[in-house]
Amino acid sequence: MIKTNCPVCDGQVTLPEKTEESEIISCAECHTKLVVAKIENKTATLSEAPKVEEDWGE
Amino acid sequence: MSTTIGILHTTIRGDEKLIIEAAKKRNIQIKLIDVREEIFNRKTYKCDFDVALERCVSTVKGTHATRFFESIGVAVINNSSVASVCEDKFVTSCFLQKAKVPTPDFAMVFNTEQAVKSIDEMGGFPVVIKPPLGSWGRLLAKINDIDALEAVLEHKEVLGSPQQKSFYIQQFVKKPGRDIRAFVIDGKTICAIYRDSPHWITNTARGGVATNCPVSKEISDISKSASDAVGGGILSMDIFETDDGLQINEINHTTEFKNSEKPTNTSISGAIVDYCVKVAKNL
Repeated sequence: MIKTNCPVCDGQVTLPEKTEESEIISCAECHTKLVVAKIENKTATLSEAPKVEEDWGE
Repeated sequence: MSTTIGILHTTIRGDEKLIIEAAKKRNIQIKLIDVREEIFNRKTYKCDFDVALERCVSTVKGTHATRFFESIGVAVINNSSVASVCEDKFVTSCFLQKAKVPTPDFAMVFNTEQAVKSIDEMGGFPVVIKPPLGSWGRLLAKINDIDALEAVLEHKEVLGSPQQKSFYIQQFVKKPGRDIRAFVIDGKTICAIYRDSPHWITNTARGGVATNCPVSKEISDISKSASDAVGGGILSMDIFETDDGLQINEINHTTEFKNSEKPTNTSISGAIVDYCVKVAKNL
C-alpha cells in the first residue's frame, strides 16, 4: 500500500492495491477528487482531478 | 508470440482496470497509453503493441488518437468509422434509420422556428433535446411545451458552445421506468441490463440501478441490426421498450460496464480482451 498526502488538504491518502497512473481517487478527509499523476519507486504523486469536460463520456 | 494490446486512455476508470485484470488472467500483455502525454508525430512515433483499444473518456482526444494509429497502420478497436458514427447522436440516428433499425423519430435544426416545425412533424410535445456529442445524460432537456422550448433554445444560443447550437430533437418515448443496455461484441449480444429509475433519464451515471436483463431474441436481433448499421466492434446499445416493440435510442462506442458485470454474471472485460486478441490474430 502506498501512502501519500492530499495536495489540497495535506491529509493522508492511502492508494488502494493495483492503483494505476491516471486513475481518479478521492481524499478520505476533504473528499476532493484526485488523479494519480505518477507512481514510481513505491511513491505516488497526486494532483487535483480534471473537471468533467463537454466531450467526456462513453 | 503473445498479443500486446495498447489501451488508449485518458482518465483510468474502473472499466479500464477490469480490462487490465482480464488481460492479466489471459496472459495478454497490456500497454497503457495516456494519450494526453503522447506526441502523435507519424515520423517519429514508435509503436510497440499489436492492436489498440480506444478507451478515452475524452471523445475528441480518443478520436484523434484513433485516426493517428490508423494512419500508421495500427488497427484500433473501435475503428474511426464506427467512432465517427457513434460519437454523434444525430449521425447514429441517421445510420439507424437508413438501415431500417427501429429508433425514435428525430431531427436536427439550427433555429427555434425550424425546431417548432420539426416538433409538429414528429407529432408534437413532449420531445427531448440533446447535445449531439455528450454522455452520461448530461444537458438533456425534456421539453413539454413551446415555452420550455423557447427558453432552452435561447439559453443554448446565448450560453452554449457552437456544438450546443446544433439542436438534436428526439421524440420523447414513454418508458416503463427503465430502459435496456445491451453489450454487443462483433454483433453478438453477450449480456444486457435493465436500468431502472423513476427519473426519465435512466443512465447509471445519474442513479439508474442496474439489474440483469435476459437476452431475448428480440434484443439480440435489434442489437445485431444496430451493430451492423454502424460498423460493428465493441458497442453497447441503449434500447427503449415501446408499445410497438424495441427501439434503439443511442449506441456507445467506448462503453462503460463496470456496474454491469456483477448483475449479469458476465465478464464483459474478458470478452473485450478476447475480441481484441481475435482482431490482432486476423491482421
